Amino acid sequence: MTKKIVEIENLKREFKMGEEIVRALKGISFSVDEGEFVTIMGASGSGKTTLLNILGCLDKPTEGTYLLDGVNIGKLSRNELAKIRNEKIGFVFQSYNLLPRTSAIENVELPLLYNPSVSKSEREKRALVSLEAVKLSDRKDHLPNQMSGGQQQRVAIARALINHPVMILADEATGNLDTKTSYEIMALIQELNQQGKTIVFVTHEPDIASFSGRTITLRDGRIIRDSRNENIKSAKKALAELPVGEEIEG
Amino acid sequence: MFWFICQKNFKMKLSNLLQIAIRALQRNKLRALLTMLGIIIGVAAVIAMVAIGQGSKQSIQAQLSSMGSNMITVRPYSNVTVGGGARLDQTGLQTLTLDDIKAIQSQSKYISEVSPAVSARGQVINGNKNWPTQIMGVSADYLKIRDWPLKEGVSFNNENIAAAAKVCLVGQTIVANLFNPGEDPVGKIIRFNKIPFTIIGVLAAKGENAFGSDQDDIILAPYTTVQQRILAIPYIQNIYAASTSANTTDSAVAELTNILRKSHKLKPSDDDDFLIRTMSELINTFSSTSQLLTVLLTAIAAISLVIGGIGIMNIMYVSVTERTKEIGLRMSIGARGIDILMQFLIEAIVISIIGGIIGVLLGIGVSQLISIFLKWPTLISVSSIIISFAVCGITGIFFGYYPAVKASRLDPIEALHYE
Repeated sequence: MTKKIVEIENLKREFKMGEEIVRALKGISFSVDEGEFVTIMGASGSGKTTLLNILGCLDKPTEGTYLLDGVNIGKLSRNELAKIRNEKIGFVFQSYNLLPRTSAIENVELPLLYNPSVSKSEREKRALVSLEAVKLSDRKDHLPNQMSGGQQQRVAIARALINHPVMILADEATGNLDTKTSYEIMALIQELNQQGKTIVFVTHEPDIASFSGRTITLRDGRIIRDSRNENIKSAKKALAELPVGEEIEG
Repeated sequence: MFWFICQKNFKMKLSNLLQIAIRALQRNKLRALLTMLGIIIGVAAVIAMVAIGQGSKQSIQAQLSSMGSNMITVRPYSNVTVGGGARLDQTGLQTLTLDDIKAIQSQSKYISEVSPAVSARGQVINGNKNWPTQIMGVSADYLKIRDWPLKEGVSFNNENIAAAAKVCLVGQTIVANLFNPGEDPVGKIIRFNKIPFTIIGVLAAKGENAFGSDQDDIILAPYTTVQQRILAIPYIQNIYAASTSANTTDSAVAELTNILRKSHKLKPSDDDDFLIRTMSELINTFSSTSQLLTVLLTAIAAISLVIGGIGIMNIMYVSVTERTKEIGLRMSIGARGIDILMQFLIEAIVISIIGGIIGVLLGIGVSQLISIFLKWPTLISVSSIIISFAVCGITGIFFGYYPAVKASRLDPIEALHYE
């Protein structure tokens, strides 16, 4: 039996806006197996961002259970959540969120600085391995403003990989990139998935979803579709088929 | 910040936090430098102001020591009404005698030199020149007590004293007023109140004392000569003594009081019939004045240090707002509130300590410039450096704490999406 990375059972999240109670998530259940590549889709207002925040252990559910790698997130304190984020999750954001005026390798090292059990030499070794995995080891001393958007996002992915997370959580990770560059990033993510990484990718572009093995669609705080993709598109192939005229670096 | 480290949930390595904070500062060197500026100026001001205050204190002390640093003076004093209720002037009191001097010489442990003193004013004449001055009768020890060297000639000896010899030492003011420039006074005879004195030595110039009176306007002669040939009195007017060192002055005063009371056969219920004064009392009086100056200058400088601290707080607040997204990112990859708090606190402390180091160096430089160009005496005290350093660290913690708390309490979700 495959190990379940995410187990969500009747998850609800409510916000108080003055007198009114806004129900962002109205009881959703699903699970993600180890090694899966899942996209979560939905229009704005569908509860997608709320779900992402809970999946990323930045927020806690009002009701229901969320087990990440067997740990019940709802019962943890703020500091324990920070530890979970540090050890089990690799975030990739839409706007890369690299520290400015900080070299690629130092950006990649950052999560391990918050993990006291990792030594300095170990940290540097793992940062290099991570950069290698995103094929940027030759740019380790470059600053973010010396790199293209695609390269910056690859640094961000390397940063997400360094703590050997159980799940990579991407939030519109191709949203700021042009088609060619976003295909390059998707090719990288597919490659990581083939190496066994569990990936949860939040997006509103159906095009991106077609690269994943499974798509969960949200609307008004409920799951309206959870379907396996029988016909997974290869991002590498899609990249090769792009017309030559669209050679614009993002 | 140590209470954080002691906390059980504080498991972060301090070296990692230090690295995070220093990298953050390196990313914005100009801002870090501008933030430091207030601290730099504040510390430099404290160091320079204390140096000026201490320097003037030291120079006043040096000036006072020129009067004889271990010197103790005794003069007669009476609170007792004498004859018909009239109190007598101190020159009219005849309580100090040569027996007192002998008692002091034979019994005292803490007094190294002692000299009786009698003095008279009068006109001194050399040929067609004359000058109003004071003649003081003392023993040869007086010069040691006053730490007063001879410029030329010799001092009088015990034989001169025993014989009440008509010999004298003259001060520089006397030389200037009675002799032509270049003329050698040694061996010449001058008349004081018609009595001829042979000059056997010339005193070195001593200048004005702390009260502005001319110490060189004096003639010194054996006390026996002044007692017998000028004043015709058997008693003495004052006693000058030197304690064995500046530290034993207080013991010497206590001892002197005992010896004199015994020698004067005072009953325990009687008041002292003499008054003892030391230079250290004078030094203390003047020191407290310059101490006040130091405190005043330091207070002004300390205010600028506080303003520097507020500058740090201001910039740290702006910095927290400006770096909200960075804080959000750090939290999302596993930084706890305490890690963020420590990062900003360490940044503030590092800024103020580096500012403190630069400020100390600048303060030393400014003090040197002041002594070179304005010729003011300055004295850089180690304690002022240590204190301003400590104040810097405390300033960093105090003014860095609230912005750091603000940063640590940010909600990671809101911080991440802050634009």
